[in-house]
Amino acid sequence: MIGWFAELGLADRPQVGGKGGSLGELARAGIAVPPGFVVKTAAFERFLAATEAEAPLRALVAAVDSEDLAAVTTLSRQLRARLEAAPLPEDLAEAIGRAYGTLNGTRQAAVAVRSSATTEDAADASFAGLQDTYLWVQSLAQTLDKVRSCWGSLYSVESITYRRRHGFAERDVAMAVVVQTMVDARTAGVMFTRSPLTGDRSVMAIEGSWGLGSAVVGGEVTPDRWVIGKITGEISVREISDKQILHVPRSEGGIESIAVGEAERRLACMSDAELDALRLIGRKVERHYGRPQDIEWAVERHSGAILLLQSRPETVWSSREATPVDRPAADPSLHVLKIFGGQNR
Amino acid sequence: MDMPAKAKQFPLPSSLKVVPGTEAAQAAYPYYTQFEPGDDERFWFYNSMHFPEPMSAFDMVTAEAAYCALGSANTRVHCLPTTLGIDHRIINGRVYIGGNAVTEPAEIARRLGEFKQRAFYYYANWERLYEQWRVKMMALINAAQALPKPHLPEFEPLANVHAGLGVAANHTLLDTYQKTLEGYFRMWHHHFEFLLLGYGAYLTFFDFCKKAFPEITDQTIARMVAGIEAEIFRPDDELRRLARCAVELGVDAHFGQQLSATELMDTLRTDGEAGRAWLAELEVSRHPWFNINVGDGFYHYHRAWNDDLSMPFASLPDYITRVKDGESLKRPVEKLLEERKQLIEDYRELLATEEERAAYDQMITLAHRVFPYVEGHKFYCEHWYTNLFFNKIREFGALLAEHKFFASAEDVFQLTHYELKSAIIDLMTAWSNGSPPRGPARWPQIVAERRAAIAEWAKHETPPALGVVPDVIDDPAIVMLWGITRESLDAWLDTGEDSDPNELKGFAACRGVVEGPARIVKSVDEISRLQKGDILVCQVTNPTWAPIFGKIAAAVSDIGGSMSHAAIVAREYGLPAVVGTGNGTSRIKDGQRIRVDGGRGIVTLL
Repeated sequence: MIGWFAELGLADRPQVGGKGGSLGELARAGIAVPPGFVVKTAAFERFLAATEAEAPLRALVAAVDSEDLAAVTTLSRQLRARLEAAPLPEDLAEAIGRAYGTLNGTRQAAVAVRSSATTEDAADASFAGLQDTYLWVQSLAQTLDKVRSCWGSLYSVESITYRRRHGFAERDVAMAVVVQTMVDARTAGVMFTRSPLTGDRSVMAIEGSWGLGSAVVGGEVTPDRWVIGKITGEISVREISDKQILHVPRSEGGIESIAVGEAERRLACMSDAELDALRLIGRKVERHYGRPQDIEWAVERHSGAILLLQSRPETVWSSREATPVDRPAADPSLHVLKIFGGQNR
Repeated sequence: MDMPAKAKQFPLPSSLKVVPGTEAAQAAYPYYTQFEPGDDERFWFYNSMHFPEPMSAFDMVTAEAAYCALGSANTRVHCLPTTLGIDHRIINGRVYIGGNAVTEPAEIARRLGEFKQRAFYYYANWERLYEQWRVKMMALINAAQALPKPHLPEFEPLANVHAGLGVAANHTLLDTYQKTLEGYFRMWHHHFEFLLLGYGAYLTFFDFCKKAFPEITDQTIARMVAGIEAEIFRPDDELRRLARCAVELGVDAHFGQQLSATELMDTLRTDGEAGRAWLAELEVSRHPWFNINVGDGFYHYHRAWNDDLSMPFASLPDYITRVKDGESLKRPVEKLLEERKQLIEDYRELLATEEERAAYDQMITLAHRVFPYVEGHKFYCEHWYTNLFFNKIREFGALLAEHKFFASAEDVFQLTHYELKSAIIDLMTAWSNGSPPRGPARWPQIVAERRAAIAEWAKHETPPALGVVPDVIDDPAIVMLWGITRESLDAWLDTGEDSDPNELKGFAACRGVVEGPARIVKSVDEISRLQKGDILVCQVTNPTWAPIFGKIAAAVSDIGGSMSHAAIVAREYGLPAVVGTGNGTSRIKDGQRIRVDGGRGIVTLL
């Protein structure tokens, strides 16, 4: 019911969900990710079976009219409350507790508890962000709570509606949960391994800001932005913004938004050397997957290590029908007519 | 103020006036180079890339010979479908040029048929024709070197008489002058035999890259194509070699003593075997590699290193220091070649389909095929041959000065090539007849007047362009050689209204961000003003300035594209550079602190 990242890969997605499979795949490819484990879908199935023994659940979802927002909302509220209140089967609680202990050792380090749905992060369905992630979870007890919350988020209004609209069968829908060490990020952000503006595969766009990546992903701050040559490392765009807030861990768990110090607001949150290191990581990931990626990354505050939190296939440009730039010519000289022949200019 | 926004347009040629008091000097330029009323209908731009300073009457032969050859290659030899040659006009010593586009579709189609039979033959047989070109070019250089020094003896040598030569020394003057002039025009034909075809093949690959990788920088494409061992790098490579020799031979101590070139060579000559060994190495380097001049070779005063050793010697102390610090100063040719290969492969891998990769392979192969010529011809044409040419004219100047036509040999360059021929015939006639020549009463005053006019013209800014801006610039020659596009013209017109007044934009030539004091260098003579850490701001940088690239912190030029030699050399030396700013030399003040962002092509006034 538990799988460690190093044991997992994309092929395990039916058991560990998209996020879990991706993190495992990255770890195996030699990319640094925060260490962690996945509570597999089997655990969810076991938990759901125990809950359904009392009253049906999936059948209710399958029956609800997805266009009737009020009905979906009521159902969602009921189901989530049920799942969050239901006791965890004892063997399950023990298995998670052991893994938690192994991950943390004697420290009470914070973890991130992240939903990893089996339908999520598939290249064909941009399902990102529909399920919950809990950051800076401080104890085992809280972790167990948040695992159930993640399972519950499979029954959020958005998730139910999305699944029903796309015709996903309820019995095929399961949720794995990733538990991984929280990165105390000095800087974090996102990276596209192609240009979001032109689709150019020879550049990468990097956005980052101080603190945890949630401020960037959630659009709460205008991040610094760079465009960097994928192959050359040349920084062609360098926009250092006025970064007013940052997300930091809250002492009682979770995160909060605070003001960036006056001196740091207009400082670049990444050095050129760090950008270059990130570029090389991005290239490695893209090569590993054989296609452009959409990546979340963080720089660990004390070690300065760059860690990837997520990588998924870029979907916007990849789905477009690309017209070939050019074709080989019977006589290579014919190519020059594009310059001299008044064509294409 | 409630003034309506002024339409963005360059002044008309007819509105550009000859500077008062210089009318006679202006009239000296040939009639076919004077602006005429019909020229208002056309678009012209100031060729400050090749002619950044007012041109003297004689030097204008370069514009004439070059455009004659460029035009014939485009119009009549290879028959470029969409463009003919380039017209040139001269006002206030400034050379304005205008393209001659072919727009009629039927005519383009007719020319296309011709072009395929001609240009494609060149592409298919490039290596053989280029090898043949080198032979032709060396024969031309040898012929120029073999021309006798102009000389008038009192009596014809007895040997000539006994040999029944049948012509006298004065005829040899005419013969030599005409051969000198003929050789120069011929050299420019050779110069353009391959050049446009070469640039076209390069631009084909460039355009492919821009389509496939919309955000690729010009300099990356240039790096994929640029040669590693081009002749243009050789003179500086030789200096580095001489620095190593000096250290190995143990004669390096002489170089840090502020000696003039002559004093230094005298010292070495008396420094035993080691000193003489170094001088022998110097001779090896000088012939031919010091036949490189300190400019683009278009002005008579762009003297060759061979004629003025102070220029190459100036960079030796710095190179010697670096050798002693353990640097080899050798260009890592193997490594650069490997990097270029890797770069090409890496971009290839990013292409989406095998079909695109096949097209890419064809285009990069063609670009590599043509590029040795594009990079290599300059040494033979603009440097070596041009030096021989101007030095031969200088010899005529010395002869005429000896006969009191001029105060100094250099005055000869104030006459047009037609006038010079007349002066030579005047001297020939006088020598024949035993009468005094008429020239001494005529030329000194004219020379003084023209020198004054050039000094006056240099004080006046001249507009970067004249006339109506065309919607598209479809002349491959203008786009490639001058980096001029509709966008760059709009940027020139856009001086300060919507843009940051403290910012100048140009082509990103070599990345790196540097701050420092600007040193405005408007002519080659001012190079010596550059101090270590200065930022060179000039109208056009030149690859032969490479030795000073070790001294300066960055370079900014008014004109030039990312494939200009300045950009290539800047990249070679890792020197941040922005080229093609349009008006850097007039907007930046000498000594002002500026920031050069060579990766983005932006210069900021601080």
